[in-house]
Amino acid sequence: MFNPDAVGKSRKSSTTFKVTQESISNFAHAIGESEIINSSVTYSIMISLGPSQALLEENGLDWTRVVHGDQKFQNNRPLHAGDEVTCTSTIETYRAVAGNEIVTVRTDLHCGEELAQVQWTTLVMRG
Amino acid sequence: MRKVELGYQIPAETYKINRATLVEYANAGGDQNPIHQDEQVAKAVGLPDVIAHGMLTMALAGRYVTKWAGHSAAVTEISSRFTKPVVVPAGVDVEITISAVIEEVSARQVKLDITAECAGVKVLGMAKATVSLL
Repeated sequence: MFNPDAVGKSRKSSTTFKVTQESISNFAHAIGESEIINSSVTYSIMISLGPSQALLEENGLDWTRVVHGDQKFQNNRPLHAGDEVTCTSTIETYRAVAGNEIVTVRTDLHCGEELAQVQWTTLVMRG
Repeated sequence: MRKVELGYQIPAETYKINRATLVEYANAGGDQNPIHQDEQVAKAVGLPDVIAHGMLTMALAGRYVTKWAGHSAAVTEISSRFTKPVVVPAGVDVEITISAVIEEVSARQVKLDITAECAGVKVLGMAKATVSLL
């Protein structure tokens, strides 16, 4: 059972993620893109995955019954090699509907003081 | 020159993926969930076979929108629901066809309604993107 009181809980990653040209190129290559200076539109999922999962696990997320419901990216700018990204994940909403539990976590990706990108991930825990 | 007009249907693109694509995406995107690589694990959790990462399909939608926009910096938002799995059997290329319609135009940006289909089934729901015209 997910902690229903987790809404509003927030967690800032203790380490920064340093974006490399190699990781931007690998991601672009995997999806068949040639643009490799700017990160691909959904590249930053690889940065947010760990921090957002850690926050959800702390609050009782049961991975054995999770499906990815939906995903949103708000990209104020693409990421580039050399960017040092800090993630702050916040549990925005939680609800139980018809035996399923649905949780949305927002992750803010800052480069220094600049909010470069924001993601929303909604996971469904099936009953 | 791209056409920016309400209701304009942007030409569809078809992308081929296979098991090797899933391994490459898992390594590049950091999601090593075995249901995207291991047939036995996938079947054990009730799936028909290995399925593609939902985020891979979404990444292809991002690629499609980026191509139309000209560069990824112009794509300021993209969102999607994952409605149906993309099943990727061993030894075959699976085709994902992506298209979009311009559903909103302003001086600053356009909003696109995206469709992603695999074998005639829509695999993304409520897929939208915002492209800056500035």
